[in-house]
Amino acid sequence: MNLGTLPLVDQAVLVLAAMALFSAFALLAQSRLLAAIHVFAWQGFLVAAVAALTGAASRDPHLYLSAAITLGLKVLLIPWMLHRLLRRLSLERQADPLAYPALTLLAAAAIVVFADWVAAPVAQFEHSATRNVIAISLAIVLLGLLMMVVRRQALAQVLGFMAMENGLFLAAVASTHGMPLVVELGVAFDVLVAMVLFGVFFLQIKDSIDSLDVDRLSQLSASIERDEITEQRP
Amino acid sequence: MNASWALPLAGLAVAAALGSAASSLLAARWPRALTVLAFPMLGVSGIAAQAAGLIALASGARQTTLLPAGLPGLPWHVAIDPLAGAFLLMLGAVLLPVALYGPGYVRAFRNGRDSLATLGACTGLFVAGMLGVLLAADAFLFMLAWELMSLASYFLVCFQHDQPESRRAAFVYLLLAQVAGLLILMAFGVLATTGGFAFPAMRAAHPDATWAAIAFILALMGFGTKAGLVPLHVWLPEAHPAAPSHISALMSAVMLKVALYGFLRVVFDLLGPPQWGYGITLVVVGATTALLGAMLAVQQVDLKRLLAYSSIENLGTVFLALGLAEIFQAAGHPAMAALALLAALFQALSHALLKALLFLGAGAVQHGAHTRSLEQMGGLLRRMPRTGWMFLVGCLGMSAVPPLSGFVSEWLTFQAALQAWRLHDSLLRILVPLAAASLALTTALAAVVFVRAFGIGFLGRARSRQVRHAHEVGDGMLAGQAWLVASIAGVALFPVLVASLLGSAVLQLTGRVPGSPGWLWLTPLGPTTASYAPLLVLAVLLGVGLLGWVVLRPRRGAPVRRVDAWGCGYAPPTPDMQFSAMGFAQPQRRVFAPVYALREGFAGSAYEVVAGDRSWSWIYRPLGALMDRTADLARRLQAGHVRRYLAWSLLTLLLLLWIVS
Repeated sequence: MNLGTLPLVDQAVLVLAAMALFSAFALLAQSRLLAAIHVFAWQGFLVAAVAALTGAASRDPHLYLSAAITLGLKVLLIPWMLHRLLRRLSLERQADPLAYPALTLLAAAAIVVFADWVAAPVAQFEHSATRNVIAISLAIVLLGLLMMVVRRQALAQVLGFMAMENGLFLAAVASTHGMPLVVELGVAFDVLVAMVLFGVFFLQIKDSIDSLDVDRLSQLSASIERDEITEQRP
Repeated sequence: MNASWALPLAGLAVAAALGSAASSLLAARWPRALTVLAFPMLGVSGIAAQAAGLIALASGARQTTLLPAGLPGLPWHVAIDPLAGAFLLMLGAVLLPVALYGPGYVRAFRNGRDSLATLGACTGLFVAGMLGVLLAADAFLFMLAWELMSLASYFLVCFQHDQPESRRAAFVYLLLAQVAGLLILMAFGVLATTGGFAFPAMRAAHPDATWAAIAFILALMGFGTKAGLVPLHVWLPEAHPAAPSHISALMSAVMLKVALYGFLRVVFDLLGPPQWGYGITLVVVGATTALLGAMLAVQQVDLKRLLAYSSIENLGTVFLALGLAEIFQAAGHPAMAALALLAALFQALSHALLKALLFLGAGAVQHGAHTRSLEQMGGLLRRMPRTGWMFLVGCLGMSAVPPLSGFVSEWLTFQAALQAWRLHDSLLRILVPLAAASLALTTALAAVVFVRAFGIGFLGRARSRQVRHAHEVGDGMLAGQAWLVASIAGVALFPVLVASLLGSAVLQLTGRVPGSPGWLWLTPLGPTTASYAPLLVLAVLLGVGLLGWVVLRPRRGAPVRRVDAWGCGYAPPTPDMQFSAMGFAQPQRRVFAPVYALREGFAGSAYEVVAGDRSWSWIYRPLGALMDRTADLARRLQAGHVRRYLAWSLLTLLLLLWIVS
């Protein structure tokens, strides 16, 4: 396909989507939590810009609203809440290095190739710009999940979760020009509530085990521990 | 009587059983509710079931109706036909005496910790479930009633749940009942793919040979688990002793027959044309079950376990007869098939009555002497004479002694097996006589079982203190047993009438009526082949007995001298010097040693030998260990690490995406 022949708006959307994918890589590799939050905010901004551009292209007023919601929520409110949480937990200087950075990034690259391959059948009924965006958004979703797998810090996992949500939003905007507004409002509200709950949850975890390392949350419940103790006793 | 009454009467039976369950809930506040309301309603249910069964058998017609309940698009089909009628008759004939017996028996629980309301409610639901299975005419209602029956009886088995062995028995029972339910569900699933969920549709459509064979195997394993076929029988000797005795009577006498009914319904009614392969399977499984059941019954010390193994033996005999019926039917000898099927149904009826009587008797012994162990019994005939004599009737019947009913069914089975020369396949001509030989061995062993049970338990001298102080049980409990003795006498002395009643169920399945008209001589194959008249046998026995009494009676005025038996000059014998229960069974233990899992040892100063069931060590323990190992492997996945769960999710997602694209 020849990208140069596409309309200018589509080219811009592709560039922005590619930058969002790059931000997903940055998010995956960024070991400092504070910097990771900033990357996440940038990713939100890029997604919101895609939504606004698509709205401009299709003259669809409600996409502007979606873009505004995303901008308000993912770029301003949630990063601000995460910032505050970080300060309250005094984790500003905390780093969460990856165990195998090279391996993780290679896996991430493989996932992008895989996502492109999975999205290939969609090309039959969509024009090529959208197809690429769908592949990218799928990759962002999978990279978010990968981030949740490889990061040990609970806060980093939340970032992965929110990144997945960004990917979904991007897919919705690019492929169907946005979900119905009601759904979008619902999803936005869900993400906000999830953020609040995560905040409360982290404070509790920090209180009880004095760390946010999810690898230390390896017991499903206290009862299992008790069972194991009784099993060892003859 | 009008044939259209059968279904309303059956409905009344179900309603009365449910009413009994509901009224039992009052027993939590008012213990007499069980005596005043619940058991009389069970009795009503029994009478109604009996009447419905008799009408259905006499009229020979099928009556169906739809109930406005069930799944959308699949209302509950209810039907009564002669086959269901035969089993309704068995159910009613056992339920009524149990209802007479129950009030006296549960009085012992009144001051205990166990909930009488639970006992009564589950009994009512159990009976309602069994009635529902017999009346159901679509797979959905059938499974619903079947599971109701299984679950209610599970709660009855773990009624005395403060005892660990009760809990274990109940767990084993529940496990196997659920596996059985699943297998039956799959069998219906196979049948429903060609027809529909209603039985008439299944009857009209026949699956192809492979699927029919799969459905047959599933049904055999599913219903066979419930009926106690080896090696799926292990729940039975655990569950029967654990349940209260009147429940054991219902489980052994009726629930096993309900499983038999389900098997007959699926394989002989719904599955389609008979195959000789099915017949061979049934004969082999039946003969093995009968032999192993009898061999293990000989070695039991617990009276109720002994009866449970004897039930396994009897059900094995029934399935052997069913196998003969299937073989003859497939070979194109419907008259022989009808004879074998009649033998199976007669055996089922006879076993239902006899085993109910024996379980009620065992319950009476437990009630009066507070033990179930044969090693502690002895001399009960003098302390509990009425129970003892009635128990003797049951033992004689189980040992197939003429003129009792057990003999008729065994005789009919042999008559069918002896017709094997009509078959053309040489394998079958060898197999069927072999099965008949194993049946003969089984019958002989069954006689040993009951000679031992009665001789050790009721004759001789008491082996323990509580048995020495045993007392006869109350009138209600005796009345329940007496009713069964009367029913057994009726069945035993007028087998021709019973055979002609059961004949309409046989007619429905094979298209032939077995036997010949008349009332005195039972001639299943014609007077030149074989005939049997129990009334004449009884007359001859009475005549010989009378003659002996006349000749040997003490002369009038002759002095009667009563002294101790001469002890060869040794110290006077104590009760411990009698044959013990395990000692009595030692010859069988020696001869059939490979069959048993023998465990010998000393418990303190006492020598102990236990002859266990090898199916535990050969099948169930390895199976359990395998399950444990598999579960351990699965546990590795469940490490408890959040990130590992996330990784599984990611991998699953990638895999699914790869599959769909």
